[in-house]
Amino acid sequence: MTMWLDTTLVSLALTSVLLLGSSRLTRCIRIVAFQGVLLGVLTVAAHAHAITARVVILAAAIFALKALAFPWLLSRVLRGADVRREIQPLISYTASMLAGTVGLAVSFWLSARMPLPTPPLSLLVVPVALFTTLAGLFLIVSRRTALMQVLAYLVLENGIYTFGVGLVEGTPMLVELGVLLDVFVAVFVMGIAIFHINREFDHIDTEQLATLRDWAP
Amino acid sequence: MNAAAIIPVLSPLILAPLLLGVIARTKAVVAGRTGPPLLQPYHDLVKLLQKSAVYSRTTTWVFRAGPVVGLAAVLCATVLVPLGGVPALLHFEGDLILFAYALALLRFFTVIAALDTGSSFEGMGASREVTFAALAEPALLLGLVAVARKAGSFSLSTMYAGMGAAAWTGAAPALVLIVGTLLVVFLAENARVPVDDPATHLELTMIHEVMVLDHGGPDLALILYGSALKLWLLGALLVGLVVPVRSGNAWVDGGAAIAGMLALAVVTGIIECSTARWRLVRVPQLLVGAGVMATVALVLMLR
Amino acid sequence: MSLLALLLVPTLSGIGVFFVKNDALRRLVLVLAAALHASVVAATWFFPPTPLLGGWLLLDRLGQLVLSVTSLLFLAAASYAVGYLRRERRAAHQDFEEGLLFTNAPEATFTACLLFFLAAMTLVTVSHRFGLLWVAIEATTLASAPLIYFHRHHRSLEATWKYLLICSVGIALALLGNFFLAVAASAPGGAPIPLVLDDLVRGASHLNVPWLKAAFLLFLVGYGTKMGLAPLHTWLPDAHSEAPSVVSALLSGALLNCAFLGILRVQQVCAAAGQAAFGQELFVGFGFLSMAVAAVFIAGQPDFKRLLAYSSVEHMGILALGVGLGGAASFGALLHAVNHSLTKAMLFLVAGNILAAYQSKSAADVRGVVHVLPASGVLWIAGLFAITGSPPFGLFLSEFTILKAALDQGRSGVAIGYLVLLAVIFVGMMTAMLRMTQGTPGTQRNGAPVPEPVLATLPPAALAALVLILGLYIPPAVRGAIEEAARLLE
Repeated sequence: MTMWLDTTLVSLALTSVLLLGSSRLTRCIRIVAFQGVLLGVLTVAAHAHAITARVVILAAAIFALKALAFPWLLSRVLRGADVRREIQPLISYTASMLAGTVGLAVSFWLSARMPLPTPPLSLLVVPVALFTTLAGLFLIVSRRTALMQVLAYLVLENGIYTFGVGLVEGTPMLVELGVLLDVFVAVFVMGIAIFHINREFDHIDTEQLATLRDWAP
Repeated sequence: MNAAAIIPVLSPLILAPLLLGVIARTKAVVAGRTGPPLLQPYHDLVKLLQKSAVYSRTTTWVFRAGPVVGLAAVLCATVLVPLGGVPALLHFEGDLILFAYALALLRFFTVIAALDTGSSFEGMGASREVTFAALAEPALLLGLVAVARKAGSFSLSTMYAGMGAAAWTGAAPALVLIVGTLLVVFLAENARVPVDDPATHLELTMIHEVMVLDHGGPDLALILYGSALKLWLLGALLVGLVVPVRSGNAWVDGGAAIAGMLALAVVTGIIECSTARWRLVRVPQLLVGAGVMATVALVLMLR
Repeated sequence: MSLLALLLVPTLSGIGVFFVKNDALRRLVLVLAAALHASVVAATWFFPPTPLLGGWLLLDRLGQLVLSVTSLLFLAAASYAVGYLRRERRAAHQDFEEGLLFTNAPEATFTACLLFFLAAMTLVTVSHRFGLLWVAIEATTLASAPLIYFHRHHRSLEATWKYLLICSVGIALALLGNFFLAVAASAPGGAPIPLVLDDLVRGASHLNVPWLKAAFLLFLVGYGTKMGLAPLHTWLPDAHSEAPSVVSALLSGALLNCAFLGILRVQQVCAAAGQAAFGQELFVGFGFLSMAVAAVFIAGQPDFKRLLAYSSVEHMGILALGVGLGGAASFGALLHAVNHSLTKAMLFLVAGNILAAYQSKSAADVRGVVHVLPASGVLWIAGLFAITGSPPFGLFLSEFTILKAALDQGRSGVAIGYLVLLAVIFVGMMTAMLRMTQGTPGTQRNGAPVPEPVLATLPPAALAALVLILGLYIPPAVRGAIEEAARLLE
């Protein structure tokens, strides 16, 4: 069973690296949807020794939200905004991928420095979770389109969820469903905001949202 | 030394041009045409050897030496590469570095022969070639080092002898990543789509083709044969991982590997048909992606 | 029972508001819901409510303090909002800053989001389960984002986007902190401690210290983004200045406290585990940084709503500093939280009056407020002196308590820095805001006093009166409650 877990985690890391180098927005949405699928598989694989109804419901909820609902929502926003590609990001794609490689090495090093009190199911969980979180943060900072920032937020949440599912056993279902619901509403509200941004500005380039400032240039 | 040790050397010398023929035939069949005969590359080699070469007055000895030294370098590399489970003719610790440098020598002499012509056309091809090589070589070396880490030795023959079914069940995710890296490097180094189109002759799109544009006759035959050998060698590295047949009998292992090589040629043909050549700015991203995959595999092997 | 009522009243009225077509009736529902909520909160002071969900929802003294302030502010804001919504025009009208046309959001959405906002903040104050606390704080972000975007033009949209993204990312980091805390609570070879505050405090000696420290750091950064601690405060000036004044009052007065409560809950766990000193050093550092950043940006700030927003950053810094010093300073910090909320809300409501009368957000354009808007002018001067910490207002007492505690602990460096920054901020705010009150009004206003509706002046006046009372005399019940809450932090 660890092999399933390992394969899923490695695929998760690879999708994050792929996202760092992608410029086409539809492709980015599909990659994040695939990450949702991987998270559903991860939920089941992490509890493979004791699959209860709770695990199945949770995996189904993850799959429904992250692999189906969010991509559908964001594709609709994308169609409304009528953009195809990311505008020239603040850090170029090749540099982003190289930074991703460095981030991966850093995640492995960090997780070796943080010994866990109880041994985890797989030695890859903490590094991959940290790396996905870092990739999400990196993308939020370096990308300009608002849609890409929302996708990066989803990647950040995916990384944090990976950490949770891989390590923590005792979180009750109510809290996990609450977290998922919150993320859903967050993405929903952000999607509406992007729709408004596009209607107001005719683009979704957040670098140009710079009217509010303290000292005028 | 038994007869089986000759297999990894004799097979590329005889069968390498057949791979080119298989690729061309696959592309034609997929496109709905009949295509050239499978043995066409052999006919091309014979035809070219019977012609005479013309040398421009601006070229020096470097231009004449290029193809010869290149073929010599590739022949050196051929001696080092195992065929699946069959160990190579010559193996020692660190021969993987020598292998990489032999291929680099081939590339170096091709490039300076191209620059020697004094034409900016070849110079453009040379600069593109070297840029992509700068990204592909680290990926190749990282992938091979990951395999070496798994096998516990820096000799290609020992590494590949250990890549049986047992190795796959133990480290499948990392090996899949290494196979991906080696496939990308295979396509990049041998000027296949999506990195370079071997059939094109437009200035905007050539990389390898443009460097050998001025060679003719026997020189071109040497270059053609050398590139076929390089195709075989890089393919042998890939097939050695993908085909985990290690029965102990050299003939069985060798046969399985040769079958794998032919399958790889078919797969290359299909890849060439299914995608167009990528924009030049995307190729570095592809190569960096391959390097990242190799790094991930190496990190996975290091734990 | 009363906890359930506290949560259900705003939620249900928020949903119900969508079905009410009549504007006047909708505003009545808003005020009634606020009044009902406030009365239930008042009742909890006399009849302590029973915990729900096996200890997940519990109202301790700390939560009760924050809840009471929130409820009081919401009542004042709801009363003010009735008059505000009546004045706001429905059709497209011109923006005074840039002259472009814009519309307002539908009033039903605004009212409903206000009520959902109250429900989410109530949930923050009563939840003792860390996961539920996280859900509630994220819910406050989501409920308040549409409120900032009430005036639908590009500046408020920009402020809303920054608010949404920065706060969501910060709170996501706090979720990672939640998981780190769960790892710290997982005892090897035993049952893991559930992430309920009381269980964690009881079993604090078994917590894994490095993971606990990492969790605290993530919580500080994550919820600190929501609280407005520098350098994570960048969304605050934009959001507070572009939102309608009612919303700014609630954001500054109530929401920042709720985020602070989230950090305090983790500090309780750390203190029980014996790691209080680690957290306190971080608090002092962040506190000073916030005060310094606020001081830099207050000096020469042209926009008076942004000025008030940076003042919120400063006071959040003082809160962090107080908790960081510990002991009597914790009491001072909690008293300061109460005082600051009341004062800042009052100031924002009065700023709304000034904005409506002068149609400008620039402090240079506003002159002679005491002549044009007499009641608001007096309140503005009072609020100005209150917020900068002058006696006889309550903030003086709380800031002085923190100073005294710093000197008692022998940390003279901290005390000197604190005083210097307070002085700089005093000068900066006075120069900007005092000039607004005197002088002859500009050419837009003819100098005649504008009639001020009762609903626009009564709520801020009531809040100002409370701050004045708290400055002169703290009722023993309130003092006891704050002392009890401060003890929880030890």
